[in-house]
Amino acid sequence: MLTGALVLVLGANAAEHSNRSVVKGSKAYELDSCVEPTSVMRKLHPTFIKHQRDITVHHGIRGDKHSLSGCVDCHATKDAQGRYTPVNAPGQFCESCHEYAGVEIPCFTCHATTPTGRKGE
Amino acid sequence: MSQDIDQERRQFVSVAGLAAAATVVAPGAFLLDGSAEAGSRREPAVDKVRYGMFIDTTKCADGCTECVTACEKENGIDLLRMPEGADPEEWDRQRPRWMRTVKVKDRLTGRVSNLPMMCQHCEHPPCVDVCPTGASFRRADGIVMVDRHICIGCRYCMMACPYKARSFIHENVDQQLSIAPRGKGCVESCNFCVHRRDNGENTTACQDACSHGAIVFGDLNDSNSEVSKVLREKDNTQLRADLKLNTSVRYCGI
Ligand code: SF4
Ligand code: SF4
Repeated sequence: MLTGALVLVLGANAAEHSNRSVVKGSKAYELDSCVEPTSVMRKLHPTFIKHQRDITVHHGIRGDKHSLSGCVDCHATKDAQGRYTPVNAPGQFCESCHEYAGVEIPCFTCHATTPTGRKGE
Repeated sequence: MSQDIDQERRQFVSVAGLAAAATVVAPGAFLLDGSAEAGSRREPAVDKVRYGMFIDTTKCADGCTECVTACEKENGIDLLRMPEGADPEEWDRQRPRWMRTVKVKDRLTGRVSNLPMMCQHCEHPPCVDVCPTGASFRRADGIVMVDRHICIGCRYCMMACPYKARSFIHENVDQQLSIAPRGKGCVESCNFCVHRRDNGENTTACQDACSHGAIVFGDLNDSNSEVSKVLREKDNTQLRADLKLNTSVRYCGI
């Protein structure tokens, strides 16, 4: 019930500002939609990523579009010095929506938060 | 007897794996895609291939660490820093090492050999047998790895491995490469540069780095591969062959 309400609230918001969390300067900002329509991504991105994770780790399939490194690659922005800002930093794509929804992002205790993974590059 | 049990368990695991794959593939629309990277694997790894390595210890130079350095750079191990206030000796003992150089001496003859040691990618891996969660697994193409999403950090596998090949991540990690995720509480070990396998490259980082040409990597099931040829030509052995693990890494000159 609560979850339903939350989705509705997010949905209503999204209709007015469809790119609300997508940060200017990222590759994603230039695109019309993600690898699936925005409404689908909004609801199902954890499911997509989880499926991809299992087939990647156990079967080695890396060419599919629902990869977490794909999310990071497309949603990362660079600062004035040309260094990447982590996607889970305040105000960045992953963090801003998860913060709003009050949901943790455990992905990044292990996964790289910038396309290079190396600080300052 | 225990062999039979193992086989049953393996079969069960592979059937479960297939079921999981089927659910992924079922909604076909998810697989339509134009954005995939060129050269990345699109089909599951298969057991037609068995990856393996030949190491010529007669070429391996005393004190050389080219392979180890390259491995640590490739897999982001060089990004790890000693936690503040930690004991340097303890850090040195416990920090992750996928590859280490070992010197062995025959006490009777005094003959010394240098060799790099890493996960031997056993055909019958004790680390897989003891893992309570299924996180430690052998991929179809013979690569033994850890699924960190499932690993609970119990470290049974570290105790079971006869080659001391596995490391545990004790502290939070703030920098990772996207090809080598890493975080507190999981076990890891050499995975034959699995990202290179899946992205259509033919070599491992250690092999590329070795200027002495001591490491040959390839498909053991392909009789024309470099590694198969050299294994046919040169005398070689498994480390602790008595354990009957049928390792995929073979050594010459020890
Ligand atoms: S060498 Fe150790 S970690 Fe590697 S497969 Fe064998 S038992 Fe497992
Ligand atoms: S530490 Fe992880 S991989 Fe090793 S036995 Fe325990 S659960 Fe399995």
